[in-house]
Amino acid sequence: MYQSTLKDYLRESRLFRARALSAVVLVVAPLLLLVFHLAQLQIIDHDHFTTLSRDNRVKVQPLPPTRGLIYDRNGIILAQNLPTHSLEITPERVRDLEQTIEQLKQLIPISDNDLKRFNRLKSHQRRFDSIPIRVQLSEAEVARFAVNRHLFPGVEIEAKLLRDYPLKDVTAHILGYVGRINKKELQTIDASAYSGTAHIGKNGIEKYYEETLHGEVGLQQVEVNALGRVIRVLQSTPPSPGMDLHLTVDATLQRVAMEAFGEDNGAAVAIDPRNGDILALVSKPGFDPNLFVEGISTQDYNALQTSEDKPLFNRAIRGQYPPGSTVKPFIGLGGLEVGLFNPQQKKFCPGFYQLPNHSHKYRDWKKGGHGAVDMADAIIQSCDVYFYDLAQQLGIDQISAYLAPFGFGSRTGIDITGELGGLLPTREWKRESRNQPWYPGETLITGIGQGYFLITPLQLASATATLASRGNRIRPRIVSSIQQGSDGPPHNQPITPLSPVEKQSQGNWDSIIEAMLEVTEGLRGTARRIRNDHYRIAGKTGTAQVFTVKQEEEYDEEKIDKKMRDHALFIAFAPALEPRIAVAVIVENGGHGGSVAAPIAKAIMDHYLLKAKS
Amino acid sequence: MAHYQPSGLPESNPTKAEGLLADLHLDLPLLTGLLLLCGFGLVILYSASGQDMAVMERQAIRLAVAFVVMIAVAQVPPTTLRRWAPWLFAAGILMLVAVLVAGQVGKGAQRWLNLGLFRFQPSELVKLAVPMMIAWFLAEKSLPPRWNRLLIAGIMILVPVLLIAKQPDLGTSLLVASAGIFVLFLAGLSWRFIGGMLITAIPVALALWEWGMRDYQRNRVLTFLNPERDPLGTGYHIIQSKIAIGSGGLYGKGWLNGTQSYLDFLPEGTTDFIFAVLAEEFGFTGILMLLAIYLFIILRGLYIASQAQDTFSRLLGGAVTLVFFVYLFVNTGMVSGILPVVGVPLPLVSYGGTSLVTIMAGFGILMSIHTHRKLLPT
Repeated sequence: MYQSTLKDYLRESRLFRARALSAVVLVVAPLLLLVFHLAQLQIIDHDHFTTLSRDNRVKVQPLPPTRGLIYDRNGIILAQNLPTHSLEITPERVRDLEQTIEQLKQLIPISDNDLKRFNRLKSHQRRFDSIPIRVQLSEAEVARFAVNRHLFPGVEIEAKLLRDYPLKDVTAHILGYVGRINKKELQTIDASAYSGTAHIGKNGIEKYYEETLHGEVGLQQVEVNALGRVIRVLQSTPPSPGMDLHLTVDATLQRVAMEAFGEDNGAAVAIDPRNGDILALVSKPGFDPNLFVEGISTQDYNALQTSEDKPLFNRAIRGQYPPGSTVKPFIGLGGLEVGLFNPQQKKFCPGFYQLPNHSHKYRDWKKGGHGAVDMADAIIQSCDVYFYDLAQQLGIDQISAYLAPFGFGSRTGIDITGELGGLLPTREWKRESRNQPWYPGETLITGIGQGYFLITPLQLASATATLASRGNRIRPRIVSSIQQGSDGPPHNQPITPLSPVEKQSQGNWDSIIEAMLEVTEGLRGTARRIRNDHYRIAGKTGTAQVFTVKQEEEYDEEKIDKKMRDHALFIAFAPALEPRIAVAVIVENGGHGGSVAAPIAKAIMDHYLLKAKS
Repeated sequence: MAHYQPSGLPESNPTKAEGLLADLHLDLPLLTGLLLLCGFGLVILYSASGQDMAVMERQAIRLAVAFVVMIAVAQVPPTTLRRWAPWLFAAGILMLVAVLVAGQVGKGAQRWLNLGLFRFQPSELVKLAVPMMIAWFLAEKSLPPRWNRLLIAGIMILVPVLLIAKQPDLGTSLLVASAGIFVLFLAGLSWRFIGGMLITAIPVALALWEWGMRDYQRNRVLTFLNPERDPLGTGYHIIQSKIAIGSGGLYGKGWLNGTQSYLDFLPEGTTDFIFAVLAEEFGFTGILMLLAIYLFIILRGLYIASQAQDTFSRLLGGAVTLVFFVYLFVNTGMVSGILPVVGVPLPLVSYGGTSLVTIMAGFGILMSIHTHRKLLPT
């Protein structure tokens, strides 16, 4: 008993020691495994994990540049950046979007339009981009949200610079506007240059000079925590702001021109013939470009889009109209230069013209006819029959060959996006586009600026400037200099001379311009009402048919709908012998050029020559 | 029964401090190791909590309570513990059943029993009651145990383990199971049997996978096998933890300079993942220091167990020590990505109180075993 207990005790003790020893191995072996594993992580793969750790905490953030400003020729600001507060939601960070918006509504008024815009922007943008639900918050609204901010994760007040166009509709068609970058644009722009920038030029100068205005993005390295909150800035490269643009446009002149239209729609372009500077470029009606900056509401957009006045349509550079009688000085000059006519040669105008062996009567605007007229009379009284005959003798090939160097039928190359080129009809053009031969009758109506012939107001103004400067051609320009801030050296934009119109005789030009002077000064001049004592105006009226009057039918202004009325045109330059301004005006459905379009041109020239700082 | 009289022992001349330790039934080397560990733990916690003094204060209080419990347990002689074993075990089982019936739900699992004044987690008691019970049961007969007794012991382990797993609390049931199995192992479970069990474990594991696991548990295993499977969900913890450890390098980023923990990339930095904070800030050298302290404590525990004079004390002491190791290895293995994500704290370092008290009570048992020895001839 005694012995066996002792034996048991010793045996169990030995057994336990053996097991304890095994236990030591059981402990040490896994610990060694652990140590090896940790050595693998901390020594061998250290660099890899250091990189991962750095990627975790260091984020690169773009610092968007400030967009360049736009000034008129006298330093009046046309496009600026205003600090505003907007309420923005990052959809990715909001759990229940609907509920969040409902709660926000209790705090800050959010209209249905705001909501619609939000939803539209949301479908176009990345989930981690913040999207404005309300813009231009008042101070009180900012304060009210700030107090309740903790209740709205993923909703932030963003203080930022928003593009603003103080002259609104007056400069809308020149400047265009910026808007939020859409998916299509994302594919064409350099994404890194636009990281942090939400807006891009959509139209007009804002689009044409996008690269200049945008500037260069800066970068900063920041340390963020797991929630993405910035803890501190590690390193930063500041952005370089966009360049400022100084325009050739006179904002006051622009407004004067706009107002001169009164209730009418149309376009007016004024150019300095000496250097091609665009002094005014009006398309009426305008629109408020500020609506587009933070995303226009569907309702506003539809209103603009469906309006019969087409406010979004830039008539000055995209509107294509028949030039009507404004083309007569150019064709008349062509007749003289080619040598078919001499200025004194008279023709009899019975009120209509007939091609040999044709019964169709091409009518003059004056029913009884002008009687015997020479070149000057034909321009002053705008005799159609004289020009039917001239066109008939020149033929379409010579007409288009002579008009093309004035810039008809091609873009002027102005530095605004979206310009169209008009149409100068030729025999080849008609065969290619319509697969039809050229008919002789079409030559006649081309001679009075009807038929296929189309011009843009800008084109017409540019051609008028060429006429004014006796054949010199300069590409119209709207930006005169580019400058970094207000202190930087101004980079003047080049004045680009184009190949001049070939001149046979100075006398031919003088007699045409003499006739155009008589248009405003002569007793029978179609624009004699704008005659004035301060400066002399050379001009030409025009009327472009919107629809064709049937044979033997009377055109009665009173009876037809305003929309079907003729467009009124007027071209002019002044002072006639030393021109500083050339103008083209088109008043849609205005009726007669002399009574409607000429006074608008006069208002522009008055302001520029008499009131504006030179 | 025979009793041996102490004779011919060299009389030591204890210093005052040693005298006090002896009076309190404390073991100096073990106490030193534990104090070092807790001190190191507080240093890391200070950084991991973002230098939160409130957290430090709460943890200090918990540590103090745990040390008091340890000292209290150390006063109880092993013979008394042995007498209590069946009763504690029975009480533990009853409370586990009560938890399942009327327990409180926290973090998606029923673990707590509301006793009016405070909430109590019975599984913590069971962590000690199971090895005590098995040690008590096996010490009745001579070792190594026979097959029939092994079977009974196995059932004694399985019942509480299943009850805890049902809460569900995978981590604790694993610890309880290991406590019981360690007793069997130390009692001389034959190597052949161990080998046999390991071989049968494979089909059992497959069966468990198919029918016995909940989705989140399966997810944990899958995520463990390939953390990148779900980098934003379950795998995120492991990925971030490995980044913290790996970027720590040989010497670490420096105390209070761990970017992973300070910028909140590391989840649960003060509790289950505090080891990653240490690894990030103190590097490989810091880890070796910590593991050295742990190893010292474990070896001292095994030494105490092997010096114990009765089978019950040996088995219990050894098992308590090995469970402490399981804590350490499961936690560090999880944090460094070689074991599945199982919610086990880093013992005596992680912030939090429940397991702290149990662990220190276990060390109280070890101290009791060592200081209540009767002197025997060698």
